[in-house]
Amino acid sequence: MLSTIFLVTGMMVFFFVKILTTPPKPEPDSYLDNDDEPSREPVPPKR
Amino acid sequence: MSANKESWGSRVGLILAMAGNAVGLGNFLRFPVQAVQNGGGAFIIPYLVCFLVMGIPLLWIEWSMGRFGGKHGHHSTPFIVDTMGKNRLWKYIGVFGIWTNIAVASYYCYLESWTMSYVFHSVIGTFRDLDQEGVSNFFNEYVSLGISTLGVPYEPIVFFLLCLLLNTWILSKGLAGGVERVAKIGMPLLILFGVFLAYKGFTITAGEDGAINDSSVGLNFLWTPNFDELWSPSVWLAAAGQIFFTLSVGMGTVQCYASYVRSKDDIALNAMSAGWMNEFVEVVLGAAILIPISIGYLGIDRVTEMVQHGGLGLAFRTMPYLFYQWGDVLGAIAGVMWFGLLFFAGITSSLAMGTPWIGFLQDEFNWKRKPAAWSFGIFVLVLGMPTVLFFEYGVFDEYDYWAGTVSLVVFALFESILFAWIFGMNKGWREIISGADIKVPNIYRFIIKYITPMLLLWVFLGSLFTPKGGDWTVAFSGNWQLDDSSIIKKIMNSGLKQQLAAATDPAQIEHLQDTLFFVNASRILLLLVWLGLALLVYIAYRKRVREGRI
Repeated sequence: MLSTIFLVTGMMVFFFVKILTTPPKPEPDSYLDNDDEPSREPVPPKR
Repeated sequence: MSANKESWGSRVGLILAMAGNAVGLGNFLRFPVQAVQNGGGAFIIPYLVCFLVMGIPLLWIEWSMGRFGGKHGHHSTPFIVDTMGKNRLWKYIGVFGIWTNIAVASYYCYLESWTMSYVFHSVIGTFRDLDQEGVSNFFNEYVSLGISTLGVPYEPIVFFLLCLLLNTWILSKGLAGGVERVAKIGMPLLILFGVFLAYKGFTITAGEDGAINDSSVGLNFLWTPNFDELWSPSVWLAAAGQIFFTLSVGMGTVQCYASYVRSKDDIALNAMSAGWMNEFVEVVLGAAILIPISIGYLGIDRVTEMVQHGGLGLAFRTMPYLFYQWGDVLGAIAGVMWFGLLFFAGITSSLAMGTPWIGFLQDEFNWKRKPAAWSFGIFVLVLGMPTVLFFEYGVFDEYDYWAGTVSLVVFALFESILFAWIFGMNKGWREIISGADIKVPNIYRFIIKYITPMLLLWVFLGSLFTPKGGDWTVAFSGNWQLDDSSIIKKIMNSGLKQQLAAATDPAQIEHLQDTLFFVNASRILLLLVWLGLALLVYIAYRKRVREGRI
């Protein structure tokens, strides 16, 4: 019982922390809330 | 052009909304009962194996189908699957992805309204002075629309309407402003309430507050593995079935939510995060409340007898009484938390059920969000009223069986074949790993192509031809008699007809005859709704052809 509980809780925490710590993709991305952040301007196309 | 310009507010919001879509009442009521009935702790082995080889692949398939469809401006399954397969009939398979949601929402919102009503009754102390029989009778009277404890005529209908209005209003606020906002409030509260009740479930002591067993008795009952059951096909079938219900795959909601994710953004990690969050709520919290608390106060024998009728009875007929063993104040708080967590589990799922229909109307008929949301509310009200008015005649169960059980397996089977074999595994795999924030193990290429469709086919055939008593050994030895729970026997109403043949009491005969009528009427109604939706898809297709969009 305990091994199952620890395994499932551990996996849940691991993936959720990974979501929180992964840097977002450059704009335009799928999410509205970060649209006004100045540090997340669209990457200019390579020449 | 489509009127659909929706977006998610944040990545965490999307994960919580998707986890909320998956977390439903089944996590707390169905999973522990399934575990008890199928080998206790041993059930968790096939359950987790099915999660790895069927649940996760289906999540990745549905997320990538959704994002792929969204790239082409589709936000509901008929035209998502249409872009993936060349055959024109695929869009009619996609009708299941709208039909299932409307049909399930029709009875699910009624169930959700019970939780809303029970939160209210817990607050005002309705259950405080009732004994166990009194609480059980309250439920019986409630669902039979018998009495109004508040002096409000037809109280269950009032709560059903309130619940529908709330769902519709939230849906009309859009994805980021409505659905996501509710998920951001509801999911943390659900987990908080769940952790509190799980703590109580873990700390029951025999002799205190009228408890007859320590919590360890209930936990051992649930978790002690019966390894003899491990090789039973019925147990594996039950485990695979539970994975379906718990992840809300085969419904069309995951595709709809994922269709608002841009093609360069991740879906692989998102799917894993939402999927494991659902597993946490089910395996860790869901297993620690209903069964341990019930056994602590009622004993193993009574609970074993009660779970034969599912977890719904325990949740509504028994738990409010058991909570008051902890005192008036804690009893009321626990009641609010228990029915509150069930309400949040319910509403985050029912909101997801509204989005495919809304997306379809926005994409195909240029409806604005608000009228589309209100049309969903009206549709569900009309289709849901029979489940309220004729609950005693099996209408609720009939909707649940065809829309909430069979349809999921059928649609998931088709979509897994479409994804791996028709769209093609090479393109499919590219869709899954495109923009991925995790490394997707290559073994899943093989699993998605071969194992998942085979497993789904087996689940479907196993449900179609379930042998008598679930005894596969006898069936494989040549004596394959169908069980009354098999799809074929269900279509023939065998169980009901047997009850009718055995009944002698005129009142019971009349009730069974009425039940037979309402069961058949429900099926005709659901079939008509499916045909109506297929006609709408055909009209949308002709419109696209006229406008040169195809």
